[in-house]
Amino acid sequence: MNKAQKAGAEIKAVEALAQGNSPVHRLSPLSKLAMTLAYIIVTVSFNKYDFSALIVMLLFPVIGYQLSLIPLRTCFYKLRIVLPLVCAVGIFNPFFDKEIMLRIGSLGISGGVISMLTLMMKGVFSLMMSFLLVATTPVDELCRGLRKIHFPKTLVSLLLLTFRYVSVMLDEVAVMTDAYHLRAPGQKGIRFSAWGTFLGQLVLRSSDRANEIYSAMLLRGFTGDFDYSPPKKYSRLSPLIALILISLFIAARLFNVISLFGRLK
Amino acid sequence: MIRFENVCVSYEKGDAPVLDSLSFEIKAGESVGLIGSNGAGKSTLLKAMTGLISHEGRITVCGLTLDKQNLAEIRRKTGYVMQNSDNQMFMPRVIDDMIFGPVNYGMSREDAVEAAGEALATLGAENLADKYNHKLSGGEKRLAAIATVLAMKPQIMLFDEPSSALDPKNRRNLIGIIKSLPETKIIATHDLDFVLDTCDRVILLSGGIIAADGKTDEILKDKALLESNNLELPLSLTQRG
Repeated sequence: MNKAQKAGAEIKAVEALAQGNSPVHRLSPLSKLAMTLAYIIVTVSFNKYDFSALIVMLLFPVIGYQLSLIPLRTCFYKLRIVLPLVCAVGIFNPFFDKEIMLRIGSLGISGGVISMLTLMMKGVFSLMMSFLLVATTPVDELCRGLRKIHFPKTLVSLLLLTFRYVSVMLDEVAVMTDAYHLRAPGQKGIRFSAWGTFLGQLVLRSSDRANEIYSAMLLRGFTGDFDYSPPKKYSRLSPLIALILISLFIAARLFNVISLFGRLK
Repeated sequence: MIRFENVCVSYEKGDAPVLDSLSFEIKAGESVGLIGSNGAGKSTLLKAMTGLISHEGRITVCGLTLDKQNLAEIRRKTGYVMQNSDNQMFMPRVIDDMIFGPVNYGMSREDAVEAAGEALATLGAENLADKYNHKLSGGEKRLAAIATVLAMKPQIMLFDEPSSALDPKNRRNLIGIIKSLPETKIIATHDLDFVLDTCDRVILLSGGIIAADGKTDEILKDKALLESNNLELPLSLTQRG
């Protein structure tokens, strides 16, 4: 299996995860979408030095993963390419902000280090929550949810077709790289001089296939709307659960739970 | 049931026509093999009939003239099984794919799921319903693709190279299935043995025109006719002697 095939298989594996039947899977897509957006907005809104307050936000995705029966390592494995990029965001902060803000014994920790860690945590937590949404909600259901709140039909179509097109393109990349390597033994990757032709052919081939798929959709009455997944019954409590959780996110933002616990001592 | 009157198709303006003044008629319940060498126009004919490519002349399907107004209705009555099942199955699971068409044509979700179940039962493939498309074998994919079309309860079935990439057992199974379907069928293929087993009538295309139209036995035994159109006698007939 080459890299493109592996990537395609990983996308399909995430789609398979989304077909599960845990309490999180049973929540309605719209409620999950609202919760995820609220979580990300709240998490990102923390002050760059609010390291201790932000730690509480980790509880939500961790509990979410436990309830959805998806191992946390699956999340980190799937996000292994993006996570280092997110972590790299605040990497230069320690060089610019050298003011000591915390002392642990004789060790002084600068504001730059704290803000770097806070930024990393914000990114990682947001990614964890986003992946939880994707891994527990089929993309078609998500699109249907978006249409329910009158999200423009064209944009929803674009989202779904792009999602499907990625798989088509990866299939074609897989076939083309196999064909290339069979005639270029011992060569690592694709030679720079062949990139232009390779990309051109990839666009032509994948757009041909996309056209065929589009024809298959048209032949079965596709008119640009998406109401076609089998009926799924979601928990009626979904909106209430979403409301409670969003309130908890906001509470965690307004009150530093960690320091409150400290004061109780 | 299907009527072509002076139908011409060209992919680019000024190019030689892929179908050139084609006229024929197919009656309800007929099973017609569409044969011809590569580039003869077999797939083009199927695409023109379902409005996937534009044409000149007049195509009538189930009494409806193929135009913008009747296109949706004609597509509802026509089930097209594509050559590459991967292109036909675009949803994650077989059941998702199967109810796609019926729901789009106004069937309720519950009825669509029931129609999907019936279609799978007709093919003896009930076990495929909840399977993921990317995990199906070639034979299963072909069955699932036929099932997605059958779930729409079409009056006409179009097959584009149905036996390609199938092993002998799956091919034999497919022959049995196609023979058992009561709908009007058009089967575009190079596999002349497949045509011999499934069709009563053959239309031989050559360079976009009809080179022969008649009973399967008569045309597929005509060695000179087949060879002059880059085809060969079916293997089973050669072996018979």
